[in-house]
Amino acid sequence: MAEIKNYHLNFGPQHPAAHGVLRLVLELDGEVVAHADPHIGLLHRGTEKLAETRTWLQTLPYLDRLDYVSMMCNEHAYCLAVEKLLGVQVPIRAQYIRVMMDEITRILNHLLNIGTHALDIGAMTMVLYTFREREDLMDVYEAVSGARLHAAYYRPGGVYRDLPEQMPQYRVNRFKNDATVKRLNAAREGSVLDFIEDFTNRFPAYVAEYHTLLTDNRIWKQRTVGVGVVSPEDALQLSFSGPMLRGSGIAWDVRKKQPYEVYDRMDFDIPIGTNGDCYDRYLVRMEEFLQSNRIIKQCVEWLRKNPGPVITDDHKVAPPSREAMKGNMEELIHHFKLFTEGMHVPPGEVYAGIEHPKGEFGVWAVSDGANKPYRIKLRSPGFAHLAALNEMSKGHMIADVTAIIGTIDLVLGDTDR
Amino acid sequence: MSAKLERLCQKLREVFGDRIGEPAISYGEVTVMVLAANYRDVAVTLRDHPELRFEQLTDLSGIDYSTAAGRAGGPRFAAVSHLLSVTHNWRLRLRVYATDDASPTLPTMTGVWRGANWYEREAYDMYGIVFEGHPDLRRILTDYGFVGHPFRKDFPISGYVEMRYDPEQQRVVYQPVTIEPREVTPRIVREAHYGKAGGRG
Repeated sequence: MAEIKNYHLNFGPQHPAAHGVLRLVLELDGEVVAHADPHIGLLHRGTEKLAETRTWLQTLPYLDRLDYVSMMCNEHAYCLAVEKLLGVQVPIRAQYIRVMMDEITRILNHLLNIGTHALDIGAMTMVLYTFREREDLMDVYEAVSGARLHAAYYRPGGVYRDLPEQMPQYRVNRFKNDATVKRLNAAREGSVLDFIEDFTNRFPAYVAEYHTLLTDNRIWKQRTVGVGVVSPEDALQLSFSGPMLRGSGIAWDVRKKQPYEVYDRMDFDIPIGTNGDCYDRYLVRMEEFLQSNRIIKQCVEWLRKNPGPVITDDHKVAPPSREAMKGNMEELIHHFKLFTEGMHVPPGEVYAGIEHPKGEFGVWAVSDGANKPYRIKLRSPGFAHLAALNEMSKGHMIADVTAIIGTIDLVLGDTDR
Repeated sequence: MSAKLERLCQKLREVFGDRIGEPAISYGEVTVMVLAANYRDVAVTLRDHPELRFEQLTDLSGIDYSTAAGRAGGPRFAAVSHLLSVTHNWRLRLRVYATDDASPTLPTMTGVWRGANWYEREAYDMYGIVFEGHPDLRRILTDYGFVGHPFRKDFPISGYVEMRYDPEQQRVVYQPVTIEPREVTPRIVREAHYGKAGGRG
């Protein structure tokens, strides 16, 4: 009888189901995975090293490029770390804006995750539905920050500017006629807040559509139930966080347990799973849609009633207004010094962790008193989750590896830094 | 919050005595120093002691202190871990210095928290800290065949080699970097109270 040997399969680095440039060396026993060895770093840009050669403010836009589907959350952790070191007070309105934008980002992230996860394991339609809603939220990103992806909207001390009074509208062109534009602009007549509120009213119905498409779908359940099971003990041992930890039944959410900004004033619930498989993690994310929606509603309501400053008036940290800068020598000097030399952050070290859509995103910032960080360590959730890929996929069929990659919500920009 | 941190510090003193350095609170975070010789024992106790219960290693990273302003001697490399207790809802920073600057070596934490595996590979890759007893200490983020440890302070930001496609050999080749190092904004450390009202400058 011929001797049967395990063989190796190279999955990626250019593979549509690898969610970016992930190279996976799989040792297979027939169709069963014996060992999975992820090779990462193909998207390593040395963000932490770059941060050491940039001023504290110049580092901020690099954070957008880590997890490029939840940009503002990355910035948030960094801003919290810098603010903690500086001891700057963030205006309350800015805190509400940040919380609202964080939750919008969470919805954006989960929409992408659920859409592409379903796409990877055979449900083509899902991604068409989720990208419909992503478009609306991307427009919100664009309206507040000017960029659809790399926002650079949060700044140490607050946010760059207040929410705009007018939501940008579609115009008639050779692809869109009068009637279409009128329909598209129906929700865009008022301010950005009006548009967001309108979205939060529409969104639960969309989530119901996703449930119809997937939750009781036989094929979806066959591909996800009982796949990639992680026990609660293992989830803690393996440094899991976010929906991955909650899917295993541990009620841990930084927003609840160690609230930052104004999360302690928000009314929301933490969904947890029971079995710790891909399906439970999917359900956790689906429920987080509705909880995020609730938080956004509360923020919109508060933001309508309470105008105010959105960035600190400490001009060692945040620039003065353009108007003040042009009429006042001192403000001009502040502006010049801030953008040439940068802010000086007192010596010390802090760790700021936030509940990023994928898990806990942490920034460990070490300062020696200079205008540049001495060391920035970015704790990205995807790194810890991908490290567990071998344990999660061992003994599963090769097709389940795709399901597991989908469930860990992999974005290589975040994993490789 | 600070009462809770005091309680954590008190617990740490009771449990460990002089096996750890004095717990320090700054910016609402507790930092503890530990010697490499006690590192593993302390970590196991931190994880298993019912009143500490640091079940999770949130993060572990290397650091190179060689060019820090105001540094007065001391070892160059350290591994810094951030621990989290889900049970008690507190965090702890654990710092352990590698005493040998030329070949930094530390015991591995993979037997205590399995999540340490990749974090230690990363610290090895970036700083050259060798974790003794690690099951699979390979480079993780840098290129195959990379030479050096890029996050060390004496490693230039532009690196030593660059890659390009060579049309004659019809393959990708490595060559020494051609870009000049430059610094747009210099690194400046100002005196304390710089720019504060009442101060000079």
